Amino acid sequence: MISADLNIILPEIVLAVFAMLALIGAVYTGKDKLAPVLVWASAAVMLVMALWIGTTGGQDQTAFWGMFIDDAFSRFAKVAILLSAAAVLLMSEGYMSRHGLLRFEYPVLVLLSVVGMMVMVSAGDLMTLYMGLELQSLALYVVASLRRDSERSTEAGLKYFVLGALSSGLLLYGASLVYGFAGTTLFSGVIAAATEGHMSLGLLIGLVLMVSGLAFKVSAVPFHMWTPDVYEGSPTPVTAFFATAPKVAAMGLFARLLFDAFGGAIADWSQVVALLSLLSMFLGGIAAIGQRNIKRLMAYSSITHMGFALMGLAAGTEFGVQAMLVYMAIYVTMNVGTFAFILSLSRDGQPVTDIGALGMYSKREPGKALAMLVLLFSLAGVPPLVGFFGKFYVLQAAYGGGLAWLAVAGVIASVISAFYYLRIVYFMYFGEDREDALDTGGSPVLWGFLMVSAFLMVAGVVNLFGVEGAAAAAAATLVN
Amino acid sequence: MDNLLSIVTFLPALAALILALFLRGGDAAADRNAKWLAMIATSATFVISLFILFQFDASDTGFQMVEEGSWIMGMNYKMGVDGISVLFVMLTTFMMPLTILASWDVKLRVKEYMIAFLLLETLMLGVFMALDLVLFYLFFEAGLIPMFLIIGIWGGKNRIYASFKFFLYTFLGSVLMLVAMVAMYADAGTTDIPTLLAHEFAFADFEVLGIHIVGGLQTMLWLAFFASFAVKMPMWPVHTWLPDAHVQAPTAGSVVLAAILLKMGGYGFLRFSLPMFPVGSEVMAPLVFWMSAIAIVYTSLVALVQEDMKKLIAYSSVAHMGYVTMGIFAANQQGIDGAIFQMLSHGFISGALFLCVGVIYDRMHTREIDAYGGLVNRMPAYALIFMLFTMANVGLPGTSGFVGEFLTLMGIFQVNTWVAAVAATGVIFSAAYALWLYRRVVLGDLIKESLRTIQDMTAREKWIFAPLVVMTLWLGVYPAAALDIIGPSVEALVGNYDTAVAAADLGGPTVAEANH
Repeated sequence: MISADLNIILPEIVLAVFAMLALIGAVYTGKDKLAPVLVWASAAVMLVMALWIGTTGGQDQTAFWGMFIDDAFSRFAKVAILLSAAAVLLMSEGYMSRHGLLRFEYPVLVLLSVVGMMVMVSAGDLMTLYMGLELQSLALYVVASLRRDSERSTEAGLKYFVLGALSSGLLLYGASLVYGFAGTTLFSGVIAAATEGHMSLGLLIGLVLMVSGLAFKVSAVPFHMWTPDVYEGSPTPVTAFFATAPKVAAMGLFARLLFDAFGGAIADWSQVVALLSLLSMFLGGIAAIGQRNIKRLMAYSSITHMGFALMGLAAGTEFGVQAMLVYMAIYVTMNVGTFAFILSLSRDGQPVTDIGALGMYSKREPGKALAMLVLLFSLAGVPPLVGFFGKFYVLQAAYGGGLAWLAVAGVIASVISAFYYLRIVYFMYFGEDREDALDTGGSPVLWGFLMVSAFLMVAGVVNLFGVEGAAAAAAATLVN
Repeated sequence: MDNLLSIVTFLPALAALILALFLRGGDAAADRNAKWLAMIATSATFVISLFILFQFDASDTGFQMVEEGSWIMGMNYKMGVDGISVLFVMLTTFMMPLTILASWDVKLRVKEYMIAFLLLETLMLGVFMALDLVLFYLFFEAGLIPMFLIIGIWGGKNRIYASFKFFLYTFLGSVLMLVAMVAMYADAGTTDIPTLLAHEFAFADFEVLGIHIVGGLQTMLWLAFFASFAVKMPMWPVHTWLPDAHVQAPTAGSVVLAAILLKMGGYGFLRFSLPMFPVGSEVMAPLVFWMSAIAIVYTSLVALVQEDMKKLIAYSSVAHMGYVTMGIFAANQQGIDGAIFQMLSHGFISGALFLCVGVIYDRMHTREIDAYGGLVNRMPAYALIFMLFTMANVGLPGTSGFVGEFLTLMGIFQVNTWVAAVAATGVIFSAAYALWLYRRVVLGDLIKESLRTIQDMTAREKWIFAPLVVMTLWLGVYPAAALDIIGPSVEALVGNYDTAVAAADLGGPTVAEANH
């Protein structure tokens, strides 16, 4: 029995063991000198794992008496997490070593947080849920303050930790209530207790508290306050990481909890999630208008995007989950490209985050500016770029789930957020030429990620690279 | 050729791709190559598109030359043309080589300029050929991106404001249409336009937030589509983006905007609003009539006081589009025939008028009417051509402008005499502002010092105008050339519309009563 269970969690074990070996190895040998090798090796291991998970595993199975679920849903999320984490790691290497940030702990911490994320999306029990979440969060708190001698970075780490701890507390309190009133921590047991119309008050409060805790993790309004500060303060590669893999994991966990544990009481949480979605879309869109710092801007942009993804969940249908997964896959791809662009911005070797500095960037770097243009329009959801299909999916889900008002509000919010994406285009293409021009050239790795991401946004219009089918299969296993 | 439509649609995009990937350098030679490639690609597109016209069988009211392939989310890549769309396709392919030719003197970032226009052509053609709801939306919306860049990069002084206003205004209009499309997909289970045309959307009254909606779902969907197309058209009172965009856009941009992009709104009404939501259209028609009538009178008056030539022509476009919307929702043969005809003829005439402004703008770098006067003394050829198009804009019999206005007025007269009476005054106003403009710019003595050395049109400029002159006069004296192609499809459309409205049995009350 135990060997079968271990077999199921083999990818997680491999990653965890690799992370620990890397840690020990680096401590006893070259320390930071090993860091570049470790970055590449970690990325390679994650890529192999993604390939492995993506190509194997036919039927759904559970391990440890239902505490750990391996199904199409978790596989979809894991592949997205692993690929985006690997991409971000590869992108960070050049930047971090240039700025003296490349410590060997960085890839190890990223690896550990990825293990946490993989556990999160596979959680079949409140205990697994919490363990995965904490493993992820603790690793993230540390990487946020990776730049130890910078006030902003330590502030970001501390802020993230304090607010993250608060949200974990809420979540834990909710989980204990759920346990108390359902009598079990297993999702399969909770779902039996939490049926439509027969939810006890304790379960309901537990549900709301858990939703609040998770809303912190996906940075949905009104639990978003930490996001802009943490995004701005962390080193840019870390910000890129925050904006991608953890978001997928948190959304995956969100879906997992809502459908596996509370799938019998959709009406009870649908309105809550719809409200979170509505507020996120609007606040993210409006607050980003005033931002001059591109990292802060991307923070608000990610809040808006989480609002859209939550719209899919709020529908409470299988199609809604599929829409959410497609949306997240597209979102992650766009963000990897966008952050590759941001990472490549520098003046005299120093990183630049002010969007005003992009004045007439298209003249000096026509290729990169064009790729960024594509990504920005895709982020804004303008067809024919792939970002539009993400929006179209969630709108369809929301309408199908009886939330027509949310769909209308969503498209209006998307017009508001189009403004600030257009403003970056404005700086790059219509703006004033600047004396203090940004550096040209730069890392081929970043260039590659930017171009590939932009290309995917254009070419995806043909068939979305089959993401649709995989997401449909994933959603089918979650909602039944 | 089985995929003629796709070839025509994507040929310009292919040329744009070649330009983007293979053309290197920013020297004069590269610029020249970019222009020539764009010119060849658009001309080739026009020549190939002639085959569409030859193959087209006007007596068949269904979709022809249909291509189909599966796409994502159960949608199809489906293209086809019918009597309503085929001439818009031709208008687009016809106008594009002329716009490229008109941009021959562009100096700034020529390669990107040509890429933007080539992509725009693909997207515009796609709009007129798409037979899938989402595919239509894709092309419809995507056109905003190149136009945004065209205005923003190559526009005038106030281009930033104009480009943002253009983008956000039209984007806001069309996202509501997107929600309506989602609703249609949910209701009919398909995004296939021919199937949706046959589908009957529910029209039972219902209440939303305590408001009684006559025509129910159909009216709601109609309103959502209206939000998009009315902005695109543009109709009063959501026309304010147009003068800004026109004034700031480079000449070629204005031409494309006036000649083709504005037609998407009218085409949308004919493709979606009228046939798919007949009950909604019937319920809302009076609103459209009065909005159109106000547009015609109000914008004509506004045009009278303009000091900027482009702005004046932009306002006159809004007025002329008023005839179009009025004709469409009159929902009878004359009205719709006239509306389509008016759109085509307006494509040639307003395009030509913007080119006329471009000719003197290139020489004097101002569009102020006051800066000109007496041009006839130095530019006789220009004066002649400008006069022809001024008269066509006024709707002088013998030019294509007359046929469209006359038919739409005839159509609306049968439905609502009062609206027809108000709209008819627009004919006089248009004569007033157009002739006055002509008088101030071209006639009189040449007293401005700066104009003493102005040169008449070059051969290139004359060649740009020649096809437009021919089309305007030809359609003016022989409108059947277009009407024979449009007619049968419109007849079928009107027939279906009348059947649907009669079957819906709105209880006979006029809409005014129903709204009370």
